[in-house]
Amino acid sequence: MTGKILMLGNEAFARGAYEAGCKVSAAYPGTPSTEISESIVKYTEIYSEWSPNEKVALEVAIGASIVGVRALASMKHVGLNVAADPLFTASYIGVNGGLVIIVADDPGLYSSQNEQDTRAVARAAKIPVLEPSDSSEAKEFVKFAYELSEKYDTPVIIRSTTRLSHSQGLVELNDRLDIEDKPYERNVSKNVMMPGNAKGRHIVVENRELALIKDSCEFPINTIEYNDKKIGVITSGIPYQYVKEALPEASVLKLGIVNPLPRGLIEEFASKVDTLYVIEELDPIIEEQVKSWGIKVIGKEIFTVQGEYSANMLRRAIKGEDIAVHAAEGVPNRPPILCPGCPHRSVYTVLKKLKLRAAGDIGCYTLGAVAPLSVVDTTICMGASISSLHGMEKAKGKEYIKDWVAVIGDSTFLHTGVNSLINMVYNKSTGTVLILDNSTTGMTGHQDHAATGKTLMGEETRSVDLEKLCKAIGVPNVYVINAFDTKKLEKTIKEAVALDEIAVIIAQAPCVLLKKSPITNRYFIDQAKCKKCGLCMKPGCPAITKKENGDIVINETICNGCGLCVDLCKFDAIKKTE
Amino acid sequence: METKNIMIVGVGGQGTLLTSRILGTLMTEAGYDVKLSEVHGMAQRGGSVVTFVRYGDKVYEPIVEEGQADVLIAFEKLEALRYIHYLKEGGAIVINDQQIAPMPVVIGAAKYPKNILEEISNNHRVYKVDALEEAKKLGNSKVFNVIVLGVAAQHMEFSKEEWLSVIEKTVPAKTVDINKKAFELGYSLI
Repeated sequence: MTGKILMLGNEAFARGAYEAGCKVSAAYPGTPSTEISESIVKYTEIYSEWSPNEKVALEVAIGASIVGVRALASMKHVGLNVAADPLFTASYIGVNGGLVIIVADDPGLYSSQNEQDTRAVARAAKIPVLEPSDSSEAKEFVKFAYELSEKYDTPVIIRSTTRLSHSQGLVELNDRLDIEDKPYERNVSKNVMMPGNAKGRHIVVENRELALIKDSCEFPINTIEYNDKKIGVITSGIPYQYVKEALPEASVLKLGIVNPLPRGLIEEFASKVDTLYVIEELDPIIEEQVKSWGIKVIGKEIFTVQGEYSANMLRRAIKGEDIAVHAAEGVPNRPPILCPGCPHRSVYTVLKKLKLRAAGDIGCYTLGAVAPLSVVDTTICMGASISSLHGMEKAKGKEYIKDWVAVIGDSTFLHTGVNSLINMVYNKSTGTVLILDNSTTGMTGHQDHAATGKTLMGEETRSVDLEKLCKAIGVPNVYVINAFDTKKLEKTIKEAVALDEIAVIIAQAPCVLLKKSPITNRYFIDQAKCKKCGLCMKPGCPAITKKENGDIVINETICNGCGLCVDLCKFDAIKKTE
Repeated sequence: METKNIMIVGVGGQGTLLTSRILGTLMTEAGYDVKLSEVHGMAQRGGSVVTFVRYGDKVYEPIVEEGQADVLIAFEKLEALRYIHYLKEGGAIVINDQQIAPMPVVIGAAKYPKNILEEISNNHRVYKVDALEEAKKLGNSKVFNVIVLGVAAQHMEFSKEEWLSVIEKTVPAKTVDINKKAFELGYSLI
């Protein structure tokens, strides 16, 4: 199939892997990287999977590479933290079949818990990083990355950002390359990282860096445009597009490889321009290195380390243009919220009634921290709810922890919550853990996981039994309750926190957005019976609002019929629509 | 040709992505360089969603910046107000006359602004449509977004036939008829 079509950056990454002859792809969902796997699954020549977490995903890809095929792992930036252990050693063992790791950063924090810069991690791991600036490059850089990987015996990271991954541009399609599997040979000094072997491989890594610093100056993915030489700009990735909009007259060195830096090329460019700027989002990775070579360059003195850039930002900072922006005032925020009918809302309503605090985790249920539910007190990273609850108990004692619970989703639990639960049992906690089991990985767009019974490629498979797993870990009190059974939930949670023993409550109900969800009826409020007490509004369901005249009404187009408000109403005023 | 900038704003779930896909395909088929920017992830959780569509001879950044949009298509009134400063002076805003209260308003911590239509008309051409009402008349409230698109199409340079051909290619097969009707309805509204 050939021709130019509009493609998301993430779709283009997938297409690049397809065209490059990739055979194995593993990932864990994470905005803004999720669509890479959702697109790759359409190419039947590639085996693709959702792994339980990014460490596993990368190890899967490493295994495939070791036995000779081109492999891919993709993740968001914080996912790279989870995969850091295999990442740093993959740098040492190198590859057999090419290994490419696509990592998507999130400048502007559209959906992440921090704004870390993947280039910094890659630098520490001594792994080359390529950074495309549009969908077309996204595809082409994947192919180049595989060549680089096999030529220099190294994994290669491709760094994306939200703006690249989630924007669309025109891409020319090419055919899939026919790449032969590389033969496998036992090579203990390369693949078994005992200290003696690692010593030798570290030398290989350092020499590889030196070779790349030199050779990268000739890579076609770096380009120089000499225009007006009064202003010279070093840039890469999406910021290149802002430079072209705001500074069309400037000379530009666009780096396709951002680690290691092509020093000779940068020095040559710097010598030919008057005032040199580095325009990079997030950390001053390029800037600090360039300055260390004794080159005068302006970077974070005039730009921010936080958030996305824009052409207007460059116009203001470099050209001193006064671009006035007058947003309308008094516009209420529209924060993301739990959907009408979300089972998490039911659980949080009960926790709120019991005046319990929750150590929270990453997922839709993180939204339990905002008004009017306001139950979640902490959210750090995947799996931290359970481990931090244990830490709180060890700090303040078992009576203190009776005011808390840990709240974690099913996918998050299988990601990294299991080890935390093992810790609670092994190190003798008495706290209470709620697993919010809605049969999906929700926030990222409803992906399957190890307890849904279905793989990314759509095959039926064995599914983890969460209840049996908790019992096998040694939890003495495990309950499975329908998340909408508020009476039973309230009774059980109350008993569980009072126990001097660890307890796990699995609150089950499918995500209301899943097609197989059984909710079909909707409700309305009988104004004749309604006493306007406002109790039904306390859980903050967006379908229930108060009109100007004080009437409380249910928006039938968004009500999902979960019945939580019916449970709360003391006046029998909420009825099913016909 | 100077790059043209379209913005589509609304609430997650209102169909902004489908609309931008129609626009993107239309411009690609017309032979332009096209870039689109979307916001994923939070959209389904009832959050604010923005899509930028840019087309021209050569398009660099995939975003539209403040004061640059030629056309702002707003599926909801509060979002229209939130992003009105992106519309250039003299630009056109096509606004669906619908209110979806955000959570702060639902819980009583904020008020839904009252004079939105007035506030957005400063230096802009405003085209209002009650798309949900019109869609109900067609018997399918889900196609309200294509009705809004039809209204917006009146102020863009493509022919009705080009639009209909793209809609036919882009929407799910079973919905082609109703979507074409919806578009034509919007296209004919003053």
